[in-house]
Formats: sequence, structure tokens, C-alpha cells
Amino acid sequence: MKLKDFSNVALLIVLPILLFLMVFPALVQAATGSGSFKKDTEIEISFGAPVDETWAKDPANYRVFQKTDPDIEIPVASIALNSRKTSAILTFGEALNLSSEYEVQAKNVTSDGKVLGNVEFLVKKSEGQILFTIFLGAMLINNFVFTKYLGLCIFFGVSQKKETAIGMGITFTIVMVLSAVMCWALLTFVLQPLHLGFLQIIVFIGTVAIFVQAVDTILRKVNPYLFKKLGVFLVLIVTNCIILAVPLINADSGHGPFQSLILGLGAGLGFALALFLMSCVREKLELCRVPTVFKGLPIAFVVAGLFALSFLGFSGLSIF
Amino acid sequence: MSSNLKLIWNGLIPENPIFRLALSMCPAVAVTTSVENGLMLGLAVVFVQVFSSCTVSIFKSFIHPRIRIPAYVIVIALWVTVIDMILPVVSPDVYKKVELFVKLIVVFAIIISRLELFASKEPLIPSFFDGLGMGFGFLFGLCLIGAIREFFGTGQLFGYDILGFNPLLIMVLPAGGFFVIGFIMATFNWLEYKITGKIPTSGGAH
Repeated sequence: MKLKDFSNVALLIVLPILLFLMVFPALVQAATGSGSFKKDTEIEISFGAPVDETWAKDPANYRVFQKTDPDIEIPVASIALNSRKTSAILTFGEALNLSSEYEVQAKNVTSDGKVLGNVEFLVKKSEGQILFTIFLGAMLINNFVFTKYLGLCIFFGVSQKKETAIGMGITFTIVMVLSAVMCWALLTFVLQPLHLGFLQIIVFIGTVAIFVQAVDTILRKVNPYLFKKLGVFLVLIVTNCIILAVPLINADSGHGPFQSLILGLGAGLGFALALFLMSCVREKLELCRVPTVFKGLPIAFVVAGLFALSFLGFSGLSIF
Repeated sequence: MSSNLKLIWNGLIPENPIFRLALSMCPAVAVTTSVENGLMLGLAVVFVQVFSSCTVSIFKSFIHPRIRIPAYVIVIALWVTVIDMILPVVSPDVYKKVELFVKLIVVFAIIISRLELFASKEPLIPSFFDGLGMGFGFLFGLCLIGAIREFFGTGQLFGYDILGFNPLLIMVLPAGGFFVIGFIMATFNWLEYKITGKIPTSGGAH
């Protein structure tokens, strides 16, 4: 029962974030131009009116380059028009960098034999798409436990019972999201202006320690039962790899505030998922006849290996 | 002197951090796709472990027991920052592959547990050898796993072709690391069972 109370509190925090996530893509969608990536070698652009096929099929009429270096032109390999002749798909020989911006310039667009002039298209992934990619990547495709091997200590230590696994997963997610955003703010507003980037390890671990202390104090008052169960592991959170890895990865790849938040959320939920799955299997393992030398950790490692194999299947999701 | 040698031996086999104490498993699976990576990270851990053990041992009378954990973390973070600046100069190629984990040495449980259990109570010289022993034990574990995975996964050792074909590609995939560690742990248990006749209990992972 007590655990349920706690998960209600957690839901109150997580739900607004999820709602925000669903609304957010709609808010930013309007800012993108009329071009979009199809695959990593294709760009789709759409015109206001039907265009002439002979003009559209000529690669010399297009100039495509990355927004950051306009001097380097990317050659168009082939062009396909749709049946209404209002949109064209440009195919390139080399793979495009989907996380950067591209500009497509169409020269002398002709429609019904008339020349309408030049048109420019800005092609980039929308912010919502990027956030979704980060979220999915952190949670499933590059699950922090099974493909990046982070947080194994707690993963094997806490996964013996389902109840503790769920509580731990929720606590972990909250601490991770809060510390990811806090670390981003510290890095952007304090460390970078003062050119103290080399101190990031010490600052991040300090921030995480403060948050864990805060959760510890709050939990002691709000839910003493759960506190008793999780007390040891709360202290362990500080010495956990995931919780430090998230701010470090954020700092390395230059994520903004929302991207940091989403990476923390994805990593936390992915960890909770892994913990829950593992605890289900280990509760069953207690009843099995395991060879004596494999009892305890060795068999847990073999099970984790099997999980890792099945998580390889999620790599198919990476088309987003 | 023999007691110091005993400390090193203790860290190498009877209390091997990876296979017996089951501490700091994350890097043991993550960077061991080749011996070279394992060797690099292992050396970094030896450095951090030895220097933080010595630092804590020297300053133990200044550290108030109630704030000892934050104090230890700061000491470790200091030495990690040092090695994080040295490694990219010494060997830039390998550093790129293990960069994240070099930074994550701060949170390796093995280091802080040795500070808590040993260096905060013992004088400088035994602390030095204990740190050395634990570091070498960790290095040994990483190299062993790395060698097995590289040999069976790609048929190479230290990047040199030995077999000329890939016997078991799964070994270099994420799943392989888990399997290899599970089987090595079981082997250690089996050896102990053969030698002492007792059914071993493996330590809890932290």
C-alpha cells in the first residue's frame, strides 16, 4: 500500500513532463520549412504548384549544401517526382547528417512553361523529432544497462525483489531528471563563462550528491516505510555510473535544457524497465535448480546476457 | 616486506575486485572488447587507486568521520581529473574509446570501498600496497576478460591476427561481456570448491 502512495507522488511529477512532451512537438513544428528528410540519403521538398517534369528531373537546377558550410555543395544523384508533380524527392550518393541543417536552392522553377524564379528550402529535423530520438535512444536502442553497461552494480544489487526494483526505478528516474537539468544549468551558466570546464567531474558529482541528500531527507518524512527499504540504495545512487554518465554525455554532445531533461528521463525509465524485467526473472530463478557454482551472481550475469541479446532487436527502431 | 607482498597477492586473486568482490562491474563489461582498452583503463584505475589511498591515509586524522564520504569523493575526483588530463596526451587513440569510463572512475565502487575499509585505518605504506594490489587485481580482471572476448570475438590479440577468422562474433557484442563474466565467476567458484571443498558464496554486487 505504502509503495502505491509513493508511486502516486512520482506520477504527479512525471505526468506533467510527459504531457509537455506530447504537446511540445506541435509547438515547434511550425518553425520548420517545407523540406524534410525521408531516409538518411533522401530529402523531400514540396512546391506550391505543379512543376514541369523536364525541369524538375535536371540535377543541375538544384544546389544543396549544409547551412554551416555553404561552399561545399552536395551532388544530387537522382530526382523523383510524385504523380501530382508538387513534390520531389532528391536522392544523394552520400549519407546526410540528420542532426544538422541543410539548405536546398532550386533555380528557375518552371511551371506550365513559365519561369517562376528561385526558391529556397530549409531542411532540418524538428525539435520534437530530435527529442523523440533522444528519448527512444536512451530508453530502448542504447539502453544504459544492456548496451552501454552502466549502473550494473545497482542493477545486480537491487533486482532480487520486484517491489524494491520498482521503488528504486522510480527514485532513480526522479533523481536523474533533476540532476541532469541542474548539471546543464551549472555547466552553461557557471562553468563555461568562467572557463572551468575541467572541473566538470567534481561539480557534477557534487550536484548529484546534493540531490540524493535531498531525496533522502524528503523520503524520510514522506514515506518512512519505503525509506527503510531503500535507505542503503539511496546512498548507493551517488556512486552509480548512470547518474554521472547522463550529465557527462549531455556536456559532451552539447545538449540544450530540454534535450538534457529528455536524456535523463529516457535513461531513468530505461533503467527502471531493465530493473523490473530482471527482478521478474530473478524471483523465478530462486525456485530453479541452478548448478552450485552458478548460484547467485554468475547465473544473473548469464540472464543479463540473454536480455542484452534481445535488446539488440531494438536497434531496428533507429530509423527515427 | 612479506606482509606487503601478501596485500598485493590478496588483491590479485583471493579478493579480486571483479570476480570475487563483484565491485565495479560496469567497466569490466563495457570497455573489454579488446585487451588494449582493458589495459588502458586498468592502468588508469591503478593510478587513481594508489594515489587516493595514499592521500586518504596521510590526511585521515584531518577528515571528520561524519563527512568522510564527500571528502573521499573529492579526493578521488581530484586524481581522476589528473589522469583524465594525462591520458589523452599519452595515447589519444585508445583514450577516445575509453573516455567516458575514465571520467566515471570517480564512481567506481572498488576505489571508495578500499578507502573506507583499508586506507582510512592503516598507515601510509600498507595503504600504498593495498591500493597497488587492488589496482592490479582490477587490471588483471579487465585484461583477462578483454583477452577472452577479443580472441573469440575477432580472432585477434592486441590487434594482431592469430586465427584469421571470427570464431564467435557474439563475444564482442554487448551480450558477450555478460556471458564471459558469468562463466569466469563460475570458474572461480568451481576452483575454490575443488581446493577448499566448501561451497562458495559469491559476494553481493555493489
